[in-house]
Amino acid sequence: MSIFVDENTSVIYQGLTGSQGSYYGRLNAEYGTRIVAGTHPKKAGTEVDGVPIYANVGEAVEATGATASCIFIPAPGVRGAVMESAEGGVEFIVAITEGVPAHDEAYFYNDLKRNFPDVRLLGPNCPGIISPGKCNIGITAGHIAKPGGPVGIVSRSGTLTYQALYELKQKDIGVTTCVGIGGDPVPGTSFIDCLEAFEADPDTRAVMMIGEIGGSAEEEAAEFIKNNMTKPVSCYIAGVTAPPGKKMGHAGAIVSGGKGTAAAKMEALADAGAQVGQNPTEAGELMARIVAEL
Amino acid sequence: MDLFEHQGKEFFARYGMPVSPGEAVFSVDEAVAAAERLGTPVMVKAQIHAGGRGKAGGVKYAADIDAVREHAGNIFGLDIKGHIVERIWIEKASDIAEEYYASFTLDRSAKMHLGMLSKEGGIEIETVAEENPDAIAKTWIDPVDGLTDEACRAWVAAANLPEAAFEGTVEIMKLLYTAYDEGDADLVEINPLILTPEGKMHVLDAKVTLDANSVFRHEDYAQYDATQPRDEREQAAHAKGLQYVGLEGSVGVIANGAGLAMSTVDVVSQAGGNAANFLDIGGGANADVMAGALEVINHDPSVKSIFINIFGGITRGDEVANGIIEAMRRVAIDSPIVIRLDGTNAEEGRVILAPNLDEKLMMEPTMLDAARRAVELAS
Repeated sequence: MSIFVDENTSVIYQGLTGSQGSYYGRLNAEYGTRIVAGTHPKKAGTEVDGVPIYANVGEAVEATGATASCIFIPAPGVRGAVMESAEGGVEFIVAITEGVPAHDEAYFYNDLKRNFPDVRLLGPNCPGIISPGKCNIGITAGHIAKPGGPVGIVSRSGTLTYQALYELKQKDIGVTTCVGIGGDPVPGTSFIDCLEAFEADPDTRAVMMIGEIGGSAEEEAAEFIKNNMTKPVSCYIAGVTAPPGKKMGHAGAIVSGGKGTAAAKMEALADAGAQVGQNPTEAGELMARIVAEL
Repeated sequence: MDLFEHQGKEFFARYGMPVSPGEAVFSVDEAVAAAERLGTPVMVKAQIHAGGRGKAGGVKYAADIDAVREHAGNIFGLDIKGHIVERIWIEKASDIAEEYYASFTLDRSAKMHLGMLSKEGGIEIETVAEENPDAIAKTWIDPVDGLTDEACRAWVAAANLPEAAFEGTVEIMKLLYTAYDEGDADLVEINPLILTPEGKMHVLDAKVTLDANSVFRHEDYAQYDATQPRDEREQAAHAKGLQYVGLEGSVGVIANGAGLAMSTVDVVSQAGGNAANFLDIGGGANADVMAGALEVINHDPSVKSIFINIFGGITRGDEVANGIIEAMRRVAIDSPIVIRLDGTNAEEGRVILAPNLDEKLMMEPTMLDAARRAVELAS
């Protein structure tokens, strides 16, 4: 099993006609992802690599029964594209685009929560999601992931997501699903959402988590691990030696309440029983030891 | 993007908020001329991207023109927390009866906007939060609803301001939220927001941080980008569109992706060295980008070795290798380079690099090995 996406997930690509969308759409299709439609308001009726283009997500869902969408639309159009997907009837939205204003993210996060509570958004500014051997939505290179299990990965950083997949493949360890949640201020899917899903997935027996400095998402994840996870977790927090990030004035400092440093995050995770590596390689080695003892 | 106080006040004024007339000046003569136009008494205020100006002597009251000349002379060139004062804001002085604090920012945990209001203004809000947390009234705002009249009144009432300040504060909080929302701000802060002896509310300070991702709908924000504090290295990198942060060490770092770049700085430190910078070249590391990155690092005199850490996801190792060789052809690099190349087409990339390897260009099999070698070469 896997979480959020599998071999039956059928996907609409918003922006499939663009240079990024067509490039990664082709790679995802070659991997085996079921790409059933693309959308473009003015190119309905045309095709990209044999994939039919519809005017909008609603029409594409009606024609194909797609359950997921992937957004490769430039930042100014992302807010509209996310809501178009939700209104069009998909259950799972992956927004790859970077550079989306924080106010837009806060707006569509709350709009979805209120009006489309069953829709899951992943991103924006994320590498996407891969259930190795089944489905790859986004910009992860499929061949660096070994299919199977028993490890689930959740990561806030793009390239470190690849690094984590690679570390495990080097050790011949398979992955059920790897979720890149993205590092923006208001991610649609959180660490906790993924940890919860991995905890419930019978084929995932351990979880590798990659965090970054800033915000308090890792501390919140640590709380969840402590209280709700029975499966072992290894983790790494990037930015151990980074100078304190730009402090967002006095109000920002209060919101974070002294949280946000790598040291605070690592301590919280260690207290919660997670195994904390000092770099991605060490986190991979810790996971190899965990897997050997499963 | 952080705004200077005077830019923040101009920003607030666009949304109809009451600020004092003033002028930004760059010399003592300009300061005197501005004060003559405005009429004394005035405030002479250092403009820097940091707090704690008052304590450092960067904010002075000037009763007459001689005082303006004296204070401006002392404040120009002042070093406040590493920021040298190069601009001063001359502002008409205000009479103060009471001082309050007000702000809006994004609460990342709650995923909503957070408004904070306190009658304990004029001092650091961290101190208030620590010693008297009940003195801060908070309101969480769902961006779909915005700040409603009802919620705004309840929030201001919870702050226990005197009655004379209530209506004026409600009005200003609505305008401040509009500025925050429509202006795509990460933070808007007024400290102090004052009540004058005449019973009027007035904005006496402004701290504004704008979201750089929102410039596509705010063309005028380019003016703020131009006044961001950057050292020479950061300025050069910014001009090339590179994500660069200057650090203190001697190992130059180039990586693809912010997380990997941060992680690279970490492993350099774990190997006993110190990174000279954080530099993320992003995806698709072609020759132009690589040449630009190497040029920026090469100009940094403290760099003694360069660590290029690339994980090819969609970025292909062979393209990266060609990029490095092409870049070295274009730019004469002084320091030895250590490369770690993994992921997509890494083997092809290593084959391309192999004939070019020497004491100036080395390759290591893992990130940790490469960090150790780069640190060795830098010491």
